[in-house]
Amino acid sequence: MNLLAYRDRDVFKQLFQQIEPDLIRIREKVGRKLRFMEVCGTHSVAFSKSGVRDLMSPYVELISGPGCPVCVTDQSDIDQMIAFASLQDVIVATFGDMMKVPGSHSNLEREKSNGADVRIVKSAYQAIDIAKQHPSRKLVFLGVGFETTAPGVALSLKKAREDKLKNYYVYSAHKLTPPALDTLLMDSTHQLDGFVLPGHVSVIIGRKGWVHLEQLNVPAVIGGFDAIDLLIAIGILAKQLEQTKRSVLNLYPRVVQEEGNLTAQRILAECFTNSPTKWRGFGVLDQSGLLIHSDYADYDAASRVITDKPVSKEIRGCRCGEIVKGKEAPIDCKLFAKVCTPTNPLGPCMVSSEGTCSTYYQYERVHDTVLLR
Amino acid sequence: MCLSVPTKVIEVFVNDQQARVDYLGARFIVGVALLECVQPGQYVLVHAGEAIQILDEEKALDGLALWKEMLGEA
Repeated sequence: MNLLAYRDRDVFKQLFQQIEPDLIRIREKVGRKLRFMEVCGTHSVAFSKSGVRDLMSPYVELISGPGCPVCVTDQSDIDQMIAFASLQDVIVATFGDMMKVPGSHSNLEREKSNGADVRIVKSAYQAIDIAKQHPSRKLVFLGVGFETTAPGVALSLKKAREDKLKNYYVYSAHKLTPPALDTLLMDSTHQLDGFVLPGHVSVIIGRKGWVHLEQLNVPAVIGGFDAIDLLIAIGILAKQLEQTKRSVLNLYPRVVQEEGNLTAQRILAECFTNSPTKWRGFGVLDQSGLLIHSDYADYDAASRVITDKPVSKEIRGCRCGEIVKGKEAPIDCKLFAKVCTPTNPLGPCMVSSEGTCSTYYQYERVHDTVLLR
Repeated sequence: MCLSVPTKVIEVFVNDQQARVDYLGARFIVGVALLECVQPGQYVLVHAGEAIQILDEEKALDGLALWKEMLGEA
């Protein structure tokens, strides 16, 4: 299989020549630059790294949305995760991008250097193995992620039950992406002309998971991550603005199916229940969180592993709450690239390699005035 | 964090619901419990240690043609 076909320079050039006149015309018609949001953090990186964001900048303003799970995790959840690490009999297992995320008083990396047992894992299954090696200690896995990540964590819950583990717990801060998009759409001050929907979330929920956007007549496309994927996504979104009836189009059919991954959906429903949850910047969004299902209550760290209740406070000056909504750009934050950098991040958007601030720090600083209004 | 990589399936361990996959020459074991009937030689998309989708070769090849068509019509 030729996985590189979507990076072909010549095809890219040819397609851009085809798309550019449309973009010019539609920009004229709308009377301003088009404003599209890329919801996924991986897309944010891809748009910047490939240069497509820059190439589009005369016609289209690409706004980075709430696509980094670490970034949208509420401060109280982060403080709770750090509190688990401070318990003597607990091993915390986490994906690597949580390590430096600043809590109100510390972060996991600092806790680890102070002697806490914090392990970085590449999958929830690996956390199960660690739990088995240390039967006398509790293992708390930090479940942070969207629809793409949650099924793997759900499988670990099933595995824990199957193997009758008594020391495996999950702290579920998983989030569902459609409710966040709906919230952004309801914000009348937020002029968004269309969405590049997250490709790998769509692998799980399918195109079907987004069709409600059609009732709102919002142009939306499910796109891939290579340069040609990105270009086409923008071209098709712009074209849709000329139509009276807009739809959700799947431009990533090599990976995304109409119904999504039904096995993953079934396992999610078995292990989690949808619930209201608090997002950074958004506040509480209905039906946007995944609580551990009552059948798996014995594995729920939130109720089974008791810590002192941490007191959360805001990070002074940090604009991450607005940046995850796309209401502000990193450059609008006084801390950005001055005191807040990837080596010394003050807010979560600078920590994760897919956080908006980190992406803009890496790729967009040279021409920030051109790009960011 | 929804970063996923396309990998080629080398070997399937049916009982463990796992598979050995190859990504740019690196080989590792991933879970395949979220997929039905994975075969060696297929490409699967891997996210956080779990294969979440089988890549559709036919659609991958058709994809470009499809897009060109859509840009003309959409």
